[in-house]
Amino acid sequence: MEPFTRVIGVLAPLDRADVDTDQIIPKQFLKRIERSGYGPFLFYDWRRQGDFILDRAEYRGAKVLVTGANFGCGSSREHAPWSLLDAGFRAVIAPSFADIFKSNSFRCGLLPVELPDPAVRQLIEFALQNPGIEITVDLERQRVAAGGFEAAFALDPFFRECLLNGWDEVALTLRQDAAITRYEATRPGWLPVGR
Amino acid sequence: MGRTMAAKIWEDHVVAAHDGQPDLLYVDLHLVHEVTSPQAFESLRLSNRRVRRPDLTVATMDHDVPTRGGRAAADEIAERQMSALEENCRRAGIPLFGMGSSRQGIVHVIGPELGLTQPGLLIACGDSHTSTHGAFGALAFGIGTSEVEHVLATQCLRQRRPKVMAVNVEGELPLGVTAKDVALGIIGHIGVEGGRGHVIEYRGSTIRELSMEGRMTVCNMTIEGGARAGMIAPDDTTYMYLEGREHAPRGAQWEEAISRWHALPTDADAQFDREVSIDAARLEPYVTWGTNPGQSVPVTSRVPAPRTETDERALRYMALEPGTAIESIPIDRVFIGSCTNARMEDLRIAASVVRGHTVHPKVRAMVVPGSASVKRQAESEGLDAVFREAGFEWRDAGCSMCLGMNPDILGPGERCASTSNRNFEGRQGSGGRTHLVSPPMAAAAAIAGHLVDVREFN
Repeated sequence: MEPFTRVIGVLAPLDRADVDTDQIIPKQFLKRIERSGYGPFLFYDWRRQGDFILDRAEYRGAKVLVTGANFGCGSSREHAPWSLLDAGFRAVIAPSFADIFKSNSFRCGLLPVELPDPAVRQLIEFALQNPGIEITVDLERQRVAAGGFEAAFALDPFFRECLLNGWDEVALTLRQDAAITRYEATRPGWLPVGR
Repeated sequence: MGRTMAAKIWEDHVVAAHDGQPDLLYVDLHLVHEVTSPQAFESLRLSNRRVRRPDLTVATMDHDVPTRGGRAAADEIAERQMSALEENCRRAGIPLFGMGSSRQGIVHVIGPELGLTQPGLLIACGDSHTSTHGAFGALAFGIGTSEVEHVLATQCLRQRRPKVMAVNVEGELPLGVTAKDVALGIIGHIGVEGGRGHVIEYRGSTIRELSMEGRMTVCNMTIEGGARAGMIAPDDTTYMYLEGREHAPRGAQWEEAISRWHALPTDADAQFDREVSIDAARLEPYVTWGTNPGQSVPVTSRVPAPRTETDERALRYMALEPGTAIESIPIDRVFIGSCTNARMEDLRIAASVVRGHTVHPKVRAMVVPGSASVKRQAESEGLDAVFREAGFEWRDAGCSMCLGMNPDILGPGERCASTSNRNFEGRQGSGGRTHLVSPPMAAAAAIAGHLVDVREFN
């Protein structure tokens, strides 16, 4: 995973709540067996309807998305954060994220930033009124800043460390191999096995 | 102070707990399917890591599989995913129930059916409807592909402990109201984000009276209310379902298992982080009118006036006018299937509505059994004949039109009464419009040609 320290880039607004993973990346694009190549299909159906806000020239190349509550609800497909990353986004700001989407994002290097409702509303308006404006998302200082707007955000300290260092979570856990083996020795013999 | 069932199972599975870090939890059963696993296996290969416990891993093919014409009917990229799963399982020594296997089926249908899903287990699968397995008193989480890779390599999951919400449903279910309506009623009450950050424990007399199939339907829809896991205390209903199944413990081990399972239910003095109460007598057969599972109304009512911009968008997408009677909405397609509602009980009740009737000439209706085993059982009971004679298509097992990754999709503008779990825009096919309903309501809609109250239908 690429380390995440600070991102400075265009802020794109998507003023919708409950954006589900089927909208972020429709199922017909889940058949790839690679982790990359999903960017062109991000919000595929909405883009196809024409005049989709993220397709406006001012928001091209945006690195930060600001959107409504419960972003990423629905399926567990990690293809959703992959497609955002592949399309150039490094962070998403919202009042709340669906649990699985948030967990997936941490693990693939997309930073989910939770800010209170009024702050998100302010940022959406700001991005709409100043198209192409840049925002700074600083993970080290846990702050976002755009124009005169500035806000601090909270984040799980473990995943903050993982993101800042680009740590491989599997490698971290494999260091606990002895503990895993000790636990395995305590499991009752009648627990189910697949074969 | 007493502990909740979720806390007991959690604490039973902690491999390592370090200050400030999420707990490292042991996974008893890892279920794998073709869509969310190829990238995980590929990463393992690239980093020269092995699958730690292939014996605790079980794979099936469900998301992509064609439901008629066999594997030859799969498109090229679906075939590539299925071949990748075969190759990955072969190399790692993971048992795979592929197309053509007598045990193949939707991952959340076959786990319980084979007796792999048991009380007290920690279960993970790269699919959000993994919450289904909580019906047995297991703690079951849907995970993404990075976590699938993590479980393959370490047999562990690293997670923060969620809060626990009790949803108490009390009383006798009114006639015509099913487990699906209980689920839709709960989501309508707490909202699609209501369970975020929580595990939900479903409790109360209504839940205890449900069959295992009904409990699975309720737990299945947990994720639609925003909670990652849902669970129900194991009891005699659970044990009767499990006893004698292929992977269930036997003899002395069965007795030992039962005694452990008896200790699982939430202690009387345990505290929940949040409690919600639902009166079963007030539940009705529900129909979703919008594009998320929280947007539902009783079948006897009308399309509501929009209260938010989300509602307005949903009404536009669904091409519905506020004030329209739900029962006047015509239907083009009916889908009876999915990990929510494609078990024997679902097919039996749908068949009981269909028997002696004919599918409306303007409707195309299909039944997709949840597993090869459900299909065989239904055929042995003659249910396939009931459906076929009425004009339903009788298909092979798979996820099918619940998410439309195989050829079973809605056309643009087509309107479907569906027993599945998600009515998101385009979920069942780009431009398709989904109304979530129970199996008897879907069956009745197929015959009437429009949404209809199954209680008034004969």
